Amino acid sequence: MTVSQSLAPVKTETLVIRPARGWSALNLRDLWVYRELVYFLIWRDVKVRYKQTALGAAWAILQPLLQMIVFTLLFGNLAQLDSDGAPYPIFAYTALLPWGLFSKALADAGRSLVLNRTMITKVYFPRLIIPIASVISGLVDFAIAFVVLLGLMVYFGVRPTPAVWTLPFFVLLALISALGAGLWLSALNVIYRDVGYTIPFLTQFWFFLTPIVYSSQEVSGTWQWLYALNPMVGVVDGFRWALLGTDSAPGTMAAISAGIAILVLISGLFYFRRMERTFADQV
Amino acid sequence: MTSSAIQVAHLSKQYRIGEQVEKYQTFREAVSRLWKAPIRRLRRGREERRTIWALQDVTFEVERGQVLGVIGRNGAGKSTLLKILSRVTDPTGGEVRLNGRVGSLLEVGTGFHPELTGRENISLNGAILGMKRGEIERKFDEIVEFAGVETFIDTPVKRYSSGMYLRLAFAVAAHLEPEILVVDEVLAVGDAEFQRKCLGKMDDVARQGRTVLFVSHNMSAILQLTQETILLEAGRLTQRGPSAAVVDNYLAAGFAQSGERVWTEAEIGPQAGLFHPLGLRLRDRNGRIVDTLRSTEPATIEIAYRLDRPVNALRIGIYLATLRGELIITSFDTDDPDLYQRFAARPAGSYISRCTIPADLLNEGRYVIGVNASSFRIQRYFQDERALAFNVDPTGAPGMHWPEQRLGMIRPRLDWKIEPYAAD
Repeated sequence: MTVSQSLAPVKTETLVIRPARGWSALNLRDLWVYRELVYFLIWRDVKVRYKQTALGAAWAILQPLLQMIVFTLLFGNLAQLDSDGAPYPIFAYTALLPWGLFSKALADAGRSLVLNRTMITKVYFPRLIIPIASVISGLVDFAIAFVVLLGLMVYFGVRPTPAVWTLPFFVLLALISALGAGLWLSALNVIYRDVGYTIPFLTQFWFFLTPIVYSSQEVSGTWQWLYALNPMVGVVDGFRWALLGTDSAPGTMAAISAGIAILVLISGLFYFRRMERTFADQV
Repeated sequence: MTSSAIQVAHLSKQYRIGEQVEKYQTFREAVSRLWKAPIRRLRRGREERRTIWALQDVTFEVERGQVLGVIGRNGAGKSTLLKILSRVTDPTGGEVRLNGRVGSLLEVGTGFHPELTGRENISLNGAILGMKRGEIERKFDEIVEFAGVETFIDTPVKRYSSGMYLRLAFAVAAHLEPEILVVDEVLAVGDAEFQRKCLGKMDDVARQGRTVLFVSHNMSAILQLTQETILLEAGRLTQRGPSAAVVDNYLAAGFAQSGERVWTEAEIGPQAGLFHPLGLRLRDRNGRIVDTLRSTEPATIEIAYRLDRPVNALRIGIYLATLRGELIITSFDTDDPDLYQRFAARPAGSYISRCTIPADLLNEGRYVIGVNASSFRIQRYFQDERALAFNVDPTGAPGMHWPEQRLGMIRPRLDWKIEPYAAD
């Protein structure tokens, strides 16, 4: 008989399951308990992403690089858009880098719950883990693409400004923005699959509302305040300021950007928590 | 402190019919619903009829270290109960107290990724089931050995045979060590040999003094593993007692005696969606609907159904099992490659899938037909493992001149020859 350790006095925790109504607490402690699952899901995403591709992780570099070339030809050479004094290719790339991180994280997070529906209907874990993992896993591609930026900077002889240490904050801001919007979209996508179809359009509009092919200096006057509501403006401006030394130092506008991003994140968290109770029944 | 591991009090769960049927709403519908909200409120009565109670006022306790069986027909609320206990879905009313770490096994291989290797999937699946990284590493060798996939451990699981895949999936799950284990019918997979292994593992778990809630259609497994069983009927707990008594009661009651089975809305369940079973019938050689077959004559099993929308890769299956749940035959209407090609896509409409049970197949006894409708690896629309029971009369079967009970489930007429044997 193997009546061993299991009968030893264990400190049993009691779990009470009750119908919950209305808004509930975020219960971030639960998230901490399951942190290893976050790690494993990120690891899975990264491992699987480029399986059975001939070029593998090179795709992480090719995507922004090809975009940069197209934009340089189209907007730099043809349309002669102003690039704040920096060479246009690097001007575009410093924006494409955080934008790629953001748009991929947003798209992945938005679809994440539906893609992982078998897990949701069969096992308990804090549902927040799924969109969080898909947002963070985008960082790997970002890191790879960042190496290319370093190469470009050497090639164009651009020396980073002393403010380069602020870069992680802007990366964080991009992640917060993506997670906030991603939480809303993923929860809505469980109920309304329409959301899944609108994400590509949404990111396309968002792309043009963000100073990627053009400089934010072009937006002037009262429009600026409306413009700052887009957190990605703060991110892209911050990137260019820290890396290229453009005249887009973070100020009130960046503060507004960050404030909006945090607001969207917090509201997204609460909305998600409210909706997650019925995910298993609806997804 | 009580000694109960699980306390369930007045537990209820209400589903809206259509919640899963329509799969998802569109914005347009939601907007138009918003618009009609005031009118709808006036017609509240009608709205309420569109909901079903999957569980209603269920109360029971499970002592620490007890293995409790849960049985009941399809749609009786077993799965809903498990889903609530494993926190996958919230109850509508009532309360559950779980004293101890809970592990649930509603399905094996949750989160398995085809592109990842066996080794990688063990880690991933373990994490999903709530194991810590150290725990997974410690049990890794044991899991691999239990599954018997040592040579393929670094091969992507998409190259595994379905048997290997299931063995690996179960092996990970079997090494979960919670204080309370909630298990759905994961044992109904794999070959007989592996099923025995799984039952053995479950037995070990029970012996280790852990609390287990075990849901199954396999009455032999229930009798083997549990002392006590609860019976759910239409969302209510109707009986609790020694397993043998509850199982007998369950087997004796509830079966259609007529040779025909139709399903009520609640039995079909919301997940069926576009598939709507119309009826299951058993016919003798002359086409009459019967509840007793002659062993020596062929018979026909037919299932009629309606598809509300076109369905791809649909397959209608029958399971033939003994009354106690031991499976004898599994067969699908598109087993034949030609039929499989021809019915790759079935347009909306009503169909009947029919098969013949050959003469001289079944032994004397009582059998159960189960039905399943699914698109392979895509979606299961409907399943009822115990849809219809029937008797087999052995008159004229081989060996009837010996008045004894013939052992075994099947009784084919084997081609015996007796010849002189010259040893040289």
